[in-house]
Amino acid sequence: MKHTINELEDIVSQVRRDIVRMVHGCQSGHPGGSLGCAEFLTALYFETMNHSTDFKMDGKGEDLFFLSNGHISPVFYSVLARSGYFEVSELATFRKLNSRVQGHPTTHEGLPGIRIASGSLGQGMSVAIGAALTKKLNKDHSLVFSLHGDGELQEGQNWEAIMFAPHNKVDNLIATIDYNGQQIDGPTEKVLSLENLQAKFEAFGWHVITSNGNNMEDIVKALEYAKSLTGKGRPILNLMSTQMGYGVDFMVGSHKWHGTAPNDEQLASALNQNKETLGDY
Amino acid sequence: MKKYTYSEKKDTRSGFGAGLHEAGQKNPEVVALCADLKGSLKMDAFADEFPERFIQIGIAEANMIGIAAGMTIGGKIPFTGTFANFSTGRVYDQIRQSVAYSNKNVKICASHAGLTLGEDGATHQILEDIGLMKMLPGMVVINPCDYNQTKAATLAIAEYEGPVYLRFGRPSIPVFTDPDQKFEIGKAWMVNEGTDVTIIATGHMVWKAIEAGEQLAELGIDAEIINIHTIKPLDEEAILKSLQKTGCVVTCEEHNKFGGLGESVARLLSTELPSPQEFVAVNDSFGESGTPDQLMTKYGLDTINIVEAAQKVIKRKK
Repeated sequence: MKHTINELEDIVSQVRRDIVRMVHGCQSGHPGGSLGCAEFLTALYFETMNHSTDFKMDGKGEDLFFLSNGHISPVFYSVLARSGYFEVSELATFRKLNSRVQGHPTTHEGLPGIRIASGSLGQGMSVAIGAALTKKLNKDHSLVFSLHGDGELQEGQNWEAIMFAPHNKVDNLIATIDYNGQQIDGPTEKVLSLENLQAKFEAFGWHVITSNGNNMEDIVKALEYAKSLTGKGRPILNLMSTQMGYGVDFMVGSHKWHGTAPNDEQLASALNQNKETLGDY
Repeated sequence: MKKYTYSEKKDTRSGFGAGLHEAGQKNPEVVALCADLKGSLKMDAFADEFPERFIQIGIAEANMIGIAAGMTIGGKIPFTGTFANFSTGRVYDQIRQSVAYSNKNVKICASHAGLTLGEDGATHQILEDIGLMKMLPGMVVINPCDYNQTKAATLAIAEYEGPVYLRFGRPSIPVFTDPDQKFEIGKAWMVNEGTDVTIIATGHMVWKAIEAGEQLAELGIDAEIINIHTIKPLDEEAILKSLQKTGCVVTCEEHNKFGGLGESVARLLSTELPSPQEFVAVNDSFGESGTPDQLMTKYGLDTINIVEAAQKVIKRKK
């Protein structure tokens, strides 16, 4: 391993501080899903992926990541900055005028680390499949990772992509579902039930693994296991259980913090629960 | 009036198929994606010679646009192929976010555009696609006029870096442009120089504009005919230069008059050179079943409509 679990957890603590400070700083954005995916993104960028922070759009010879649920941009931006794609000071410009750190991720302002715009939901799996197909044509044996919200699976384009990938043996793709059971209007079970997601993906021909996305050791192991399953003719789906708002006690487990910013008092409480490890931006 | 003749009729979609095949031979980065319409889009030659670079998506156009966007990452040049309706309206948000806003080098190639799709009727006859595509920042919009020009345009967009919408059609129409032409994106083609009226036409309407020019000449009217194959970016210089000479214009397109070439010309003229303009275009309606010729007549897109519009617009000159 490149890092110990303790080191990775320290990074996560700083990422959580970045998330709540960014959202507080502009009084808008999506802290809940961002906090829930802090371990996953940290594991991916600091441990799992072979990637270069000397950013090149083509990404030849390196692992790629696509964020489909673009509204959890705070965690993406924090992890990109903390891993060296751009200066952490730029996080202070999140959602502000003339910033590269837009509300939802985009290539348009040239922020290093972003390869596709996302925000309008349901498009990322198709894009990830496309990038994976190009890697195969280029005889590039690196991998493609993607992250999708569970509520996002209500978008029909996902199911076109989910059908396509096994048929075309896109076995260099590891897609992860942030399975937190929450969406803007409430629990997914009430809004539009996902039923048995594992069985659904398996029926479409995916190799499904499960993981606990809020346990660093578990998610690191799961991603390593997922990598060992690539190249065997089937795409891999990591069904990753998380809790929305994990790491901040008054946010955890509730859809109410999907897209709400903390006030000054709430920020102080959230920061108290996550120690400063790498220095605040 | 310069004389134009033709020895055969061919469909513009076959020009696309020939251009795609040649582009694939020239550049190994060219890949083709199709949503279950390989035969209709004339993609067989490409698919047969380069099976590993041809991707059958199935009936899933949104997924096709997303996969095309992703394939550009790593250097591929994807050409997507389906009918114009399913290439644009059905997948507008996918094009907007994953292709246009993300500035991906995707070529959206759309056949069976307009009324001349014929008997399938209005569900398939999109008349709004030029408007949809030209409104996207950075999107190039091209609507060539015959087999040769469509082939040349297909080769040209393979060499151009950035998103492109290429619109062509189903029916066989006269082949009258140079088979060895060099296609320049954004550069108008002067079909005939004249002094009394400018006729600006795109796509299938260019041949009709030539026929109209011949009829107008018999009536003593000297028409300048310009082929605008690239609706965006518009060759503003060529249009303004012509209007300075003629002082009035007729725009001709197989598209709704709302949002099409005519409105692009009107926008330019209203600020730079206010001039009388008449629109030969579909009058804000859907199409219906019928033969291509019947439909073009019923919806006012025939040669006679161009002739009458030219006579009318000349009278409006001060």
